[in-house]
Amino acid sequence: MKRPQQIVFRPLVRIWSVLPRVSVAGLPDLIMFSGGLALFYGVIQVGRNWLGPFHPQLEISRSPGALPVYAGYSLLRIALAYVLSMLFAVTYGYVAAYRSRAERFMIPLLDVLQSIPVLSFLPGVMLAMAALFPGRQLGVEMGAVLLIFTGQVWNMAFSFYASLKSIPREMREAATIYRFNWWQRFLQIELPFATIGLVWNSMMSVAGAWFFLMACEQFGDFRLPGLGSYLQAAADGGDTGSILLGILTMVAVIVLIDQFVWRPVIAWAEKFKMEQVESTSAPTSWVLDFLKRSRGVAVFRKRAIRPLRGLMIHYFARHEVRTESAGENQAVLWLWRVVGTSALGAIGYAVVRVVMILTGLHGSDFRQIGIGLFATWLRVNVTLVLGALWTIPAGVAIGFNPRLARIAQPLAQIAASVPATAVFPVVLLVLIRLGGGLGFGSIVLLLLGTQWYILFNVIAGAMAIPTDLKEVAGVFGIRGWERWRKLILPGIFPFLVTGMITASGGAWNVSIVAEYAHLKGQVYSTVGIGAMISAATDAKNFNLLLASTIALAAVVVTTNRLLWRRLYRLAETRFKLEG
Amino acid sequence: MTEPVDPIIRAHAVEKFYEQPDGNRIEVIAPVDLDVEPGKIITLLGPSGCGKSTLLRILTGLSQPSSGKVLWHGQPISPENAGVAIVFQSFALFPWLTVLDNVEAPLEARGVPAMERHKRALRILDTVGLDGFESAYPKELSGGMKQRVGFARALVVEPEVLFMDEPFSALDVLTAENLRNELLELWLSKKMPTSAIFIVTHNIEEAVLLADRVIVLARNPAWVRADFPIELAHPRDRKSPRFVELVDYIYKIMTQPQLAVAVPDAAAAVQKPARQKYQMIPHARVGGIAGLLELLQDRGGKEYLHRLAEVLIMDAEDLLPIIEASVLLGFATLKEGDIQITAEGARFAEADILTRKILFRQAALNHVVILQQIDSMLHAKADHSIPEEFFYDILDEHFSQDEVERQFDTAMNWGRYAEIFDFDRESHRLVLAEPVGEPHPPTTTPVQL
Repeated sequence: MKRPQQIVFRPLVRIWSVLPRVSVAGLPDLIMFSGGLALFYGVIQVGRNWLGPFHPQLEISRSPGALPVYAGYSLLRIALAYVLSMLFAVTYGYVAAYRSRAERFMIPLLDVLQSIPVLSFLPGVMLAMAALFPGRQLGVEMGAVLLIFTGQVWNMAFSFYASLKSIPREMREAATIYRFNWWQRFLQIELPFATIGLVWNSMMSVAGAWFFLMACEQFGDFRLPGLGSYLQAAADGGDTGSILLGILTMVAVIVLIDQFVWRPVIAWAEKFKMEQVESTSAPTSWVLDFLKRSRGVAVFRKRAIRPLRGLMIHYFARHEVRTESAGENQAVLWLWRVVGTSALGAIGYAVVRVVMILTGLHGSDFRQIGIGLFATWLRVNVTLVLGALWTIPAGVAIGFNPRLARIAQPLAQIAASVPATAVFPVVLLVLIRLGGGLGFGSIVLLLLGTQWYILFNVIAGAMAIPTDLKEVAGVFGIRGWERWRKLILPGIFPFLVTGMITASGGAWNVSIVAEYAHLKGQVYSTVGIGAMISAATDAKNFNLLLASTIALAAVVVTTNRLLWRRLYRLAETRFKLEG
Repeated sequence: MTEPVDPIIRAHAVEKFYEQPDGNRIEVIAPVDLDVEPGKIITLLGPSGCGKSTLLRILTGLSQPSSGKVLWHGQPISPENAGVAIVFQSFALFPWLTVLDNVEAPLEARGVPAMERHKRALRILDTVGLDGFESAYPKELSGGMKQRVGFARALVVEPEVLFMDEPFSALDVLTAENLRNELLELWLSKKMPTSAIFIVTHNIEEAVLLADRVIVLARNPAWVRADFPIELAHPRDRKSPRFVELVDYIYKIMTQPQLAVAVPDAAAAVQKPARQKYQMIPHARVGGIAGLLELLQDRGGKEYLHRLAEVLIMDAEDLLPIIEASVLLGFATLKEGDIQITAEGARFAEADILTRKILFRQAALNHVVILQQIDSMLHAKADHSIPEEFFYDILDEHFSQDEVERQFDTAMNWGRYAEIFDFDRESHRLVLAEPVGEPHPPTTTPVQL
């Protein structure tokens, strides 16, 4: 009854045996130990900085030596916001999936929250957090983290919820009939089932987080030390060398995260795929292989993780936690009622206050908001059209031609991975040197931030058009414009719509930072709702800030519902290529 | 059945229905009494969608009946107190756990210490022939191997009753046959710690091959149509006259729900007064019906049902709806387990494409209630169109949610083929079609709002 031993590992080790024998097992451990020490030092440094006093006129050093520290600060904000998002997403998704009464309002709420442009709250949130921790760096830091959190949490929550909802019925029944306890269910069914969705959504969220973080770090008076403020300072000084160095660091950080976090996680998550047969080309990661070889990790798993897991399951086997509503007692019900009522009360109070503030505004303010909304709306749509005009032919060319795709796709991915907000100061600098105003320049900035969504979706769509359809078109001599009308455009339509929806949401977001900018001590701005929001913040006109923010959010949510949602449904039903 | 034995599970008047918002009740399972006694393999047979899987879930305590009760050794049943296990049709294995971890998971849930857990899991894997696959992941295994893991996981908790929900229907024919025999061998040699097996299946031969007792459900709502013992000795020969007779008999029961069945020997059929019901369309596509009629015509217009199943290599689940549809449309008749083509059916089988459409249209409008209703509605309305909700409104009153969907699907398939109506995807409306071979209706269609 002996289980096959780990003979499998030997040939793998041989690759490494070029190195001296001792270090083969020792090297991974040594590296991880050093990493631990570095982490400890970092925590102490950050603690000193964050709990220290707030520097309103923080001097951003442009020396290359400061870059790693700035990169570290940026990374830390992202990591913190990400951990918060994950915790929130899992809790929210779990409650929504299992409490049908809560589900009824939690899911529509998620839908609205998801489509609100986060950056429109940037000024408000930063002001509020700074006021909450007066005189401390912690305030603005928390503001940034909170903002990134709001930018990345919703899709993760929705993904977790959707995964829980799609667990096959028989699998749930197996868990019930074999008396799985709450913890076992969570660990062995719910979490594994949701892993792949969570991983992909995490990647998307973190990519978006860089975008928001750069905007935060460059925002107005609240200079946060980080890569964003470094780039801003470099652009302010017109220092091309520093600009290049900053962008290089940014790309390096993103590539490193990809190699050391996402690749291993994706390779690891492969085992959670709900597939019936093993796929032939599973993703691999050298970092994951490296970790699997580390003796330290193996010992840690055996000595710490496995016993802990056993203890937890044992504990819950004896202490049953009821999650399904069956055993809901009176006290819990009352607690829910109290929570619900107070939440309603708070919302009611907030609405009353908002109405009071809005009634205090002048008619001219509203007119201004209307004009601003229209200008930005126009700009967003021009951006979408321009973006579609070049990405559709380019994307289809790449998608139809595997050789071209091999070269173009990695390049496009790297270009897209640089958050548009990071290069804003630089682009602005160039635009101003060329003599263009921000009215036109902001469209370039919007395009920079959103075209990638369309491009990647079009490529995916073009690749998804089945070869036999292309052959049929060839056989019947359908070519030229006819080929576009009958084959390509309908084929990529669902993908195009998805890309446009994301791009439209992104464009509204970017408008906050694209229509109004500080550079070299001067303010550049153009007509638009984004500019109004930023200007209102600078002028500390909170009533106008609130009104513009609400107006923007309302317009975006409404367009989503009225236009994009419909197009999406059309794409889903009529233009879906089914097997 | 000389001395009464205490049943392990006793279901008393269990019933399942769904409350509609308008207070109407959709009955899925009519009150059923059922005992699971020790020492037997019981199979529950029934057409697809008749509620046999629901009944299984009620018997295991997984799902609550709307009324009535299920007792486990005299106590109300729940998954916590019942010594049951289920083998699922889809295997329901956890793909991220190894074979060994999958089998150990139920023991872990019961707080069995690691060493013992390990020992028991290995022993059971040995029993079902999975030696050497302990550290494999389910996706590395073939379907048959996966279901072995499903068996092992079920047997490791030493269930008093082993429930199986269509355990072999996701497997290919040979693998299924092999597993069936192994199960039987384990059971007969008492190698499994189980005192009764309860199998839900739609495969008639499988039931006769395995069962000591066969229960046949009729549908809409489910009720026990027949319940009889099979006393053939194992191993059973599929070609033996008694075996063929039993298979034939069950086919007869399942295809003629209204008929009182003369029971061969020991069998006892339960009778229930037929009730006035809204007509339910069998879920068959026009293509399937045409295929069946052509085959019948080729074979001289008459055939045994079970032979037909053999020729077509179809099991009852797929074949029965097609037969029922042909009978409903008046293209065929059933008599004593034979199917016979009618004159109408013969004409249909011989006709060309366009004539077939006309014949089908006549048959559909003569026999199918929902299509009659839609047709007269479409002619009565000024704009000759009705929203699809009209359909749902009629059907909602009589069928469960899933069944409404299936009824809608089939009626759409028939109605569009017969050119009784057309479906406009944009507006989700049924519109009057211009039927072939008939003069066009007056085109005074007013502007649609």
